[in-house]
Amino acid sequence: MKLIKHYFESIDGIEIYPIISMFVFISIFTFALYWVFKSSKKHMDEMSRMPLDNDEL
Amino acid sequence: METQTFFYDNKIVKYFINATLLWAIVGLVAGLFVALQMSFPALNFGLDFTSFGRTRPVHTNAIIFAFVGNGIFTAVYYSLQRLCKARMYSDLLSKLHFWGWQLIIVLAAVTLLAGYTTGKEYAELEWPIDILIALIWVIFGWNMIATILKRRVQHIYVSIWFYLATFITVAVLHIVNSLELPVSFMKSYPVFAGVQDALVQWWYGHNAVAFFLTTPYLGLMYYFLPKAANRPVYSYRLSIVHFWALIFIYIWSGPHHLLYTALPGWAQSLGVVFSVMLIAPSWGGMANGLLTLRGAWDSVRKDPVLKFMVVAVTAYGMSTFEGPMLSLKNVNAFTHYSDWNIAHVHIGGLGWNGFLTFGMLYWLIPKLYNIKLYSVKMANVHFWLGTLGILFYAVPLYASAVLQTLMLNEFTADGFLKYPVFFETFSNLSPMYHARIIGGILYFVGAVLMVYNLIKTAKIGSFVAEEKTSAASLQSTHEHVVKEDWHRVLERKPVRMALLALVLILIGSVFEIIPTSLIKSNIPTISSVKPYSPLELHGRDIYIKNGCSNCHSQMVRPLRAETERYGEYSKAGEFVYDHPFLWGSRRTGPDLARGGVVGSSSYKASVWHFEHMKNPQKMNPASIMPPYPWLLEKDIDLEGTAAIITGMRKLGVPYPENYEATANNDLKIQAQAIVDELKKSNITIDGNKEIIALIAYMHKLGADITTK
Repeated sequence: MKLIKHYFESIDGIEIYPIISMFVFISIFTFALYWVFKSSKKHMDEMSRMPLDNDEL
Repeated sequence: METQTFFYDNKIVKYFINATLLWAIVGLVAGLFVALQMSFPALNFGLDFTSFGRTRPVHTNAIIFAFVGNGIFTAVYYSLQRLCKARMYSDLLSKLHFWGWQLIIVLAAVTLLAGYTTGKEYAELEWPIDILIALIWVIFGWNMIATILKRRVQHIYVSIWFYLATFITVAVLHIVNSLELPVSFMKSYPVFAGVQDALVQWWYGHNAVAFFLTTPYLGLMYYFLPKAANRPVYSYRLSIVHFWALIFIYIWSGPHHLLYTALPGWAQSLGVVFSVMLIAPSWGGMANGLLTLRGAWDSVRKDPVLKFMVVAVTAYGMSTFEGPMLSLKNVNAFTHYSDWNIAHVHIGGLGWNGFLTFGMLYWLIPKLYNIKLYSVKMANVHFWLGTLGILFYAVPLYASAVLQTLMLNEFTADGFLKYPVFFETFSNLSPMYHARIIGGILYFVGAVLMVYNLIKTAKIGSFVAEEKTSAASLQSTHEHVVKEDWHRVLERKPVRMALLALVLILIGSVFEIIPTSLIKSNIPTISSVKPYSPLELHGRDIYIKNGCSNCHSQMVRPLRAETERYGEYSKAGEFVYDHPFLWGSRRTGPDLARGGVVGSSSYKASVWHFEHMKNPQKMNPASIMPPYPWLLEKDIDLEGTAAIITGMRKLGVPYPENYEATANNDLKIQAQAIVDELKKSNITIDGNKEIIALIAYMHKLGADITTK
């Protein structure tokens, strides 16, 4: 623990990291939502058919 | 367009199927055995390697890592090849992965029964095995990612995203939670202590549920459910939102295992908020699974594969509703440490993981052997036995949880505990424990029928080891791509996708772990709390070795019934020297956090401990604790003392320089005092026996701060 604490303490301004990470979290999720809703139905249908494409055996 | 002919490797899939079936039976037998031990303590046989504290981790590890683990690999090795239209990258890596994983399982079973354990739930294995796990896991990931890179399709189906997130996150979890300092071969101490260790452990523990029992199985569901129903997934859009939301949110919710403990309040609240949020993606996934069958419910009536899958997805919905509810502090105060959690995990384990695996196997084996299932009727019987088994298992345990908690929380009109003796609650629980065994037997018999049915199917069919297929090469299909948005590009770049997933799961982890390790106010130190003496350290190791924390917590929550029963509530600062923390997660026996506070109800004299370890029922007739007669015979490992002290000092415990050279002198003085005390009760025993160290440890617990 001592070791890990030492490394953490030597990073300047580490307190801001959690805030940045929260921001990254929200923005990527928003992007994912945006993409999902604007993507074409055709592409979605193609993607969802992928497991059924293989007519093996 | 150039068409290439190649072969899918079905042999490795068959290997993993066989292992899944074998470990299912072994894990279920182990489960039945521990359930029987709870009802009939004589089945502990008075032997160290058959006592509950060691057999219980064998059951949990066998189910999680052996049965479900091999189930995951079966699904990955089958579906990945088809979804990528490519053979696995390397047959050698596949084989190394398979045999390496089976070796780990066998080593786990042997070492856990022999008492080599870190004491951290679902991460019990000692450091040499931890290293082996990391190596084999890397081989699995390497083989998987290399296969994705050489695929013959542009886009990566959502199942593979789930597999990738599983690989990345389990690697991170395993490495961080296994940061430990070896002090000898097969013995190590975690670098974290007390509250931090608890936080890291449950960050790991909860995400083991998320990324070993859930995400790979969602990948499995998104592939095999459409396959079995022969229709695409209900909403591919929903599957994407489901994926990103799930991996984001899951990683934050570990602290819900530590509500009302000495963990800082803000971390507890963080865990609660994210746990409640988890309902949304989890139910999105469940709805997506069930709605895939829209318009096909008539086939669910006939097809056992779909029946198993429908119950599995329903069980997923049940346990992912129950989980967030159990994370609410007011509910958790009632259910934590009780049988409720045992029932909850079995809805997930038997229902979600078990039934989804069974559904997959009933679909897959006839495919691989090019034949119809030997007996659909038998599969239907299995379905009903399994479903009833789950109900007979879970319902009695819910009842037992409610009953016991109500009794433990009941006060008389004068304000005293109505049932001050913990074991008074037990006489009411035994019928539930017996009923639970019936549930287990039903489920087990169903699984045996399945194994028989599948072996018969394999016997009459002909196995296709090398399945010939053909597909256009990726280069020739690439040319048509004109303009794409970022997510579509990402879908084609597995490494970038995996890295993004890595960043996302690290976010929550960093948020939780950094502040508790940094900010002093999170763990207020208590000046009267002193490091363990050498004898107490040995006692602690003996406590860990025998799995005592499987049944005993060391954490008094600030709730009236608990402080009345056990004494002053536990403070974060009391655990700063605890490598590892031993708070426990289930109270089959009473809490021991104040076991050393003279005058408290938890305190017992040396002679009581001595007699109790020899024969618990002599001291508490209602007790279901197994006897520990070997503690009176085995010697303390005095030669190991120096290494333990040195190791602890390296981890930050303030032992004076060179103390390791004289530690055994202090140990002997402390042991002699206990021996002399026992002598007054006409008990003669050597000071170097394990029981002496354990008594010393018991008398240290919670004694450093002044309490009533």
